[in-house]
Amino acid sequence: MSELRRRIQGAVRWEVGLLFALVAVVLFGISTSSQFLTSTNFFYLNLSIGEVAIMALPMTLIIVTGEIDLSVASTLGMSSALLGYLYVHGWSIPLAILAVLVVGAAAGALNGFLITKVGLPSLAVTIGTLTLYRGIAVAILGPQTISTFPARYTDIGVTALPHTGGYVSYSVGFFFVLAILFGIVLHVTPFGRSLFVMGANDEAARYAGIRVKRTKFRLFVLSGIVCALAGILYTFRLSTAVQDNGVGLELTVVTVVLLGGVSIFGGRGSIVGVVLAIAVFACLQSALFLTDFEQRAMGVVTGSLLLLSVLIPNASTFVRRGREVLRRRQLRSATAEPAS
Amino acid sequence: MSGAPASSLMTEPSPILSLRHAAKAFGAIHALEDVSIELFAGEAHGLVGENGAGKSTLVKILAGVHLPDSGTLTVNGAETVLNGPAAARDAGIAVIYQEPIQFPDLTVAENIFVGRQPLLSGRRIDRAGMNAAAAALFAQLGVPLDPGRIARGLAIAEQQIVEIAKALSLEARVIVMDEPTAALSAVEVERLFGVIATLRAAGTAVLFISHRLEELFALCQRVTVLRDGRFVMTSELAGLSAEDLVRAMVGRDLEEHVPAETNIGGPVLQVERLTREGVFTDVSFEVHAGEIVALAGLVGAGRSEVACAIFGVDKFDAGAVTINGTKLRAGSPSAAMDAGVGLVPEDRRQQGLVMEMSIARNVALASLKRLRKMGFISGTAERRFARDWSTRLQVKYGSLSSPMTSLSGGNQQKVVLAKWLGRRPAVLIVDEPTRGIDIGTKAEVHRLLEELAGEGIAILVISSELPEVLRLANRILVMREGRIAAEFAHADASEHAIVSAATGRAAA
Amino acid sequence: MTTTADTPHGVATPGADDSRRIVDLVFRVREFGIVAVLILFVLVTAIAQPRFVDASNIQFILVDTTIFALLALGQTLVVLTRNVDLSIGSVLGLSAFLSADLFGHHQGIPIAVVFLAGLAIGLVCGVAVGFLTVVGGVPSLVVTLAALYIIRGIDVLVVGGGQVVASSLPNAFIEIPKKTLAGVPILAVVVAGVVAVGAYYLRSFRSGRELYAIGSNPEAARLAGIPKGRRVFFAFAASGAIAGVAGVLYAARYGTIDSTAGSGYELQVIAAVVVGGVAIFGGSGSVVGAALGALLLQTILSALYVLGVSPFWNQAIAGALLLAAISLDRGIELKLSAMLRKRRAVVDV
Repeated sequence: MSELRRRIQGAVRWEVGLLFALVAVVLFGISTSSQFLTSTNFFYLNLSIGEVAIMALPMTLIIVTGEIDLSVASTLGMSSALLGYLYVHGWSIPLAILAVLVVGAAAGALNGFLITKVGLPSLAVTIGTLTLYRGIAVAILGPQTISTFPARYTDIGVTALPHTGGYVSYSVGFFFVLAILFGIVLHVTPFGRSLFVMGANDEAARYAGIRVKRTKFRLFVLSGIVCALAGILYTFRLSTAVQDNGVGLELTVVTVVLLGGVSIFGGRGSIVGVVLAIAVFACLQSALFLTDFEQRAMGVVTGSLLLLSVLIPNASTFVRRGREVLRRRQLRSATAEPAS
Repeated sequence: MSGAPASSLMTEPSPILSLRHAAKAFGAIHALEDVSIELFAGEAHGLVGENGAGKSTLVKILAGVHLPDSGTLTVNGAETVLNGPAAARDAGIAVIYQEPIQFPDLTVAENIFVGRQPLLSGRRIDRAGMNAAAAALFAQLGVPLDPGRIARGLAIAEQQIVEIAKALSLEARVIVMDEPTAALSAVEVERLFGVIATLRAAGTAVLFISHRLEELFALCQRVTVLRDGRFVMTSELAGLSAEDLVRAMVGRDLEEHVPAETNIGGPVLQVERLTREGVFTDVSFEVHAGEIVALAGLVGAGRSEVACAIFGVDKFDAGAVTINGTKLRAGSPSAAMDAGVGLVPEDRRQQGLVMEMSIARNVALASLKRLRKMGFISGTAERRFARDWSTRLQVKYGSLSSPMTSLSGGNQQKVVLAKWLGRRPAVLIVDEPTRGIDIGTKAEVHRLLEELAGEGIAILVISSELPEVLRLANRILVMREGRIAAEFAHADASEHAIVSAATGRAAA
Repeated sequence: MTTTADTPHGVATPGADDSRRIVDLVFRVREFGIVAVLILFVLVTAIAQPRFVDASNIQFILVDTTIFALLALGQTLVVLTRNVDLSIGSVLGLSAFLSADLFGHHQGIPIAVVFLAGLAIGLVCGVAVGFLTVVGGVPSLVVTLAALYIIRGIDVLVVGGGQVVASSLPNAFIEIPKKTLAGVPILAVVVAGVVAVGAYYLRSFRSGRELYAIGSNPEAARLAGIPKGRRVFFAFAASGAIAGVAGVLYAARYGTIDSTAGSGYELQVIAAVVVGGVAIFGGSGSVVGAALGALLLQTILSALYVLGVSPFWNQAIAGALLLAAISLDRGIELKLSAMLRKRRAVVDV
C-alpha cells in the first residue's frame, strides 16, 4: 500500500470526518429548534457566513504556500468604510465599488511587497497591516455610521438568489462560483500545483523554475481584491458602513481553513475540505444562535475549533514523540544494544 | 610546519580512542564495513578517502549522532556506547564541522559556555569570569578573538576557532575536524595549524579530515585511508608519498576508459568572465553539443556557485551567460529553463526533490506546463510521462504514487535526472551526480550521461570524485579559490595533474 | 559541501576589525536610538504645544506606559524564543474584570490579595497556552490566536451585560496610579524596577540566556541540550501572569471595566516590542528596549493628540510604526550582510 495512497486516504478520512461532523451538527440544529431547516433560517445562515466563506478561498491558497494573511478582516473593514465614505461624498455605487476593489488590490500589494521583496515574515507583516488597515477604516469613518445605501444593492441582505427557493443568498452564490474556480485552479492547474510545491519545499520549487516570489505576491494581491469584494457584500447586506465592520473575522476565516484540513505548515489541503468545514461551521453557528447562545461568546467556540483542527493531526506526532522519549530512556538504562 | 617524529609520541602506549570493526548500513547502502581506527594522545591523525568512502559516517559515529550496527568503541580504556551527542561530549570527543552551528546573537564567550556559564553566588552568571576564561582559551590557542563580540558575522575560520575553544573548555581529549580547511584562506590555514600544534602539545588527539594531501603531510603523523566504506590502511606518513596515498584511496586499477567518440558540435553554453564578488571571479568556458565537460576542484572552490549562477538561482555581478547564441537573463531559473538549461543540484533532498510528494509528481515537476490539456494538468499525461521516463532510467519503485522517501539515494537521483531529461534540455548541468549512491547505480548514471552526450546534449559535470571525472569528461576544468586554474583535454589529464591544479601552492 | 553565497569561503580579511566594530555598534545602538527619537518628539511637540510637558500630562503618559511596559516585558520573553503571544489583551481584560469584581463581592479584601488573584488568573491562561504550544506542538501563532478569542469569549460570558464601575472600587485602590513621588508616578518607578529586574534576569542567569539561544538557533539549542520545552513553557506562563497583573493595574487606572477591556492591546504591545528592537524572529533584543518602545509609542500617541490629530488615527499609526520598524530592521540586516560579504572579497593573487 503506497504511502501517497495512504496520505490521500488520510485526506479523504478528514473530509469524511467533516461529513460526519456536518450530519451531527445538522441533527443538533434540528433538535434545538424546529426552525432549523426552514428556508428563512438557512437564508440567514447563508448571510452570516457568506463573506467569511469568500475570504477563506484565497486564504486557503496562501496557507498552502506556507504563509498567512491575518489582515483579511481589516481589509474588509477598510473597504466597507471606504465604500460608505465615497458614496456619501457623491460617488456612484459602481464607481465606488471599482475604487474599493482597486484599494483592496493595493492593500494586498503592500502585504505582498513587504513579504516577497523586503523578505519579512508574513505573520509579522499581516499583524501590522491588520492594525494599519483597521486604523484607516477608523480614521475614514470616525464615529459615523452610513446606512443610506440604495435599496437595489442592500436587497442582497433580504432577498435570496432567484430560483433557490429562498435558501441561498447572493453572497453564498458568489462563494459557490468562486469556490469552483479556486478549486479548479488549485487542484488541476500547473499554477495550483506550484503552490503545493512551494508550501512543501520552496527551495526545490525555485530550483524547478517556479517563480515563488512573484506567485506569492500575486496571491496576496488576489486576497486583497477578494477581501474588498467581501467588504462590499458585507456592507450591502447589513446596509451599514461603520468602522468596526468585520472585526475579529480573521479568526473565523483561519479557523474554517484549518478545520478544512489545510495544514498550517503548508503543502497540503483541499478546497473540498474547506467548503465542508464552512458548512459545518455555519450550521453550528446557526444552531447555537437558535439556542440563545451568547453570540458575543461565539469566539470560544471558534477558538476551540481552531485548536482542535491543529491538535488532531498533531495527535499522532505527539504520540510518536512520546514513544521516542520512552525508547531513548530505555536505551540509556540498558547496556549497549546497538539500534539500527 | 611538520609533525613531530613518531618516536617521541610513543610514551603513551594505549590509545585515547579506539574504534574496532565498526559497521553501519543505511538500508541497502553499506556506509561502513569493518572500519577500525585508533587515536593516541598528542597525535594529529589524518583521515582520507574519496567521497562516499565513509568518512562522514565515521565522524557521525564518533559524534554520537549515529550508533554503529556493530563494533566497539573504547575511550580512555573503557568501552563506551554513545547514544547521543551529549554522550560524545561527556566522553571527551568534540567535532568541529565545516560550517559550525552557533548562536549568531550571543557573544563568542557565551557560545563557548552556553548552558555551562561560570556562576557567582546566587547562581548569577559571572560575566567577567566567563570572558576571562574565553580570553584564556584564545590565548592558549594563540588567536586573539574578542570574547565579548557577537558571533554574527564571524568568518568561518573564526567560527572554527570558537568551536575549538569550546572543545577545549569541555576538556575534549579527541577533536575531530571535518574538512576544516576547505573554506579557509592560506593565512587562516597557517593559523589553524598553529592551533593544532598547541592542541597536540597539550596531549589532545586531533583527527584531521581533508582532501588536501599536502596539508596532511605537513600536519599529521599518521593517516588512515578508507575506500568504499572499508578500512584500507593506517600508516605513518613519514616515508609515504602522495602517490602511495592516492593509490590507496583509489585502489582499483584505473582502466584507461576513453570517453566514447561523439560528434562534438558547436558551443551551446558560453560563460564569459562570470563574477560574483567574494565567491568566484572571471570564470570563462564553453561547453559544446555532445561534449561532457567536468568542473573539478576542491570543496569550496566555487563550482556549485557557478552552476547556480548560470541556472539563475543566484545572481552574478559581472559577466554573461549565452545559450545557443542568445544571452541569458540573469537571476531567473525559468528563463534558463526556457533557454534549455537544466540543473541537477548538489543537495538532492533539499533542492532537487520534494520529498513528501509522489514519484510521478516529482518527475513531472519541471514539465507541468507541457503536460497541460486546455490549461489543466492531465493526470493521465502526467502518469504516462513519469512512467516513460522512470522506465527509461530504470528507476526501481513500488508505485508511481509512492513518496520519494521510499526510494534509495540512487533511485532518487534518477528521478531528479528524469525530471530534467523530460524537458529535453540543450544543456544539462549535473552537480555531484553520484554522491551517496551505490556502485551499481553509479555506473548506470555514468552510462546515461554518456548516452545523453551522444544525443547531442551539452553536459557540465561538477564532481569531486576524480575517477568519475576522468571517466566521463572530454575536457576537464579545474577551479581553485573562485577561478579557473587549469584546463585539460582528456588525453592530458591525470589524477595527479588535477589534484595539483586544484590545490596549487597552499603555503603562504 | 559547498558554502552558500552569504558565507563565502574566506580569503584574507583586511578590515575585519572594522566590520566587527560596525556590527557591534549597530546592534547596541537601538536603545540610544529610541531615546534620541523620544527626546526629539518631546521637544518638537513641546515647542508647538507647551502644555504637552505639563506635569500632569507627563504623569498620564507615564502611567499609561506602565501597563504597556509590563505587557511588553512579558511579550519580550516570548518573542525572544521565536514565538508570539496574541492572547495578552484578552487575559488583561479578564483579569481586570474578575479582580475588580472581587472588591464588590468581598468588602474590605486586601488590595494585595486582589493583585495575587489577577496574577493567578493570568498564570492559568499562560500555563494553558504554554502547554498547548510545547506539548501539543501547535505553532504559538495558532494557539495564542485561538486563546485570544476563547479568553475574550469567557470574559464576555462572565461579564454578562454588566460592568464594574469605579465607584464600587475602594479609594485606596483607585489612588494607586495617582500617587507620585517628586512628580513621578510611583507606579512608573515600580514598573521601571520590575523591568530592571527582568533585564538583570535575562542578562545574568543561565535560563535567561537560554531564551536568547532558543530564538537565535533552535537547532543548535537542541543539540546543546538546552531544555527548550521547559523554557518556552515558562516564558508563556510568565507572559500570562504579567498580563494578569497588568489587568489589575488597568482596573485601578480606569475604574470602569466592561467586556472590551484590553481589546487590541496585544497589537500595540507587539508594535512596542518591535520598535524597541526585539527581533521578530527572536534571539536578540532587550526588555529595556521593549519598555522604551512602549514609552515611545505612548508618547507619540499622546503628542499627536495634543497636536490636534484625531485619536481615530491611533490604530493606523501603531500599525504603520510596526511595519516601519520591522522593515527598517530588515533593511539594516540586509545592508550589513552585503557589506560583510564585500569586505571579505579580496582578489587573491
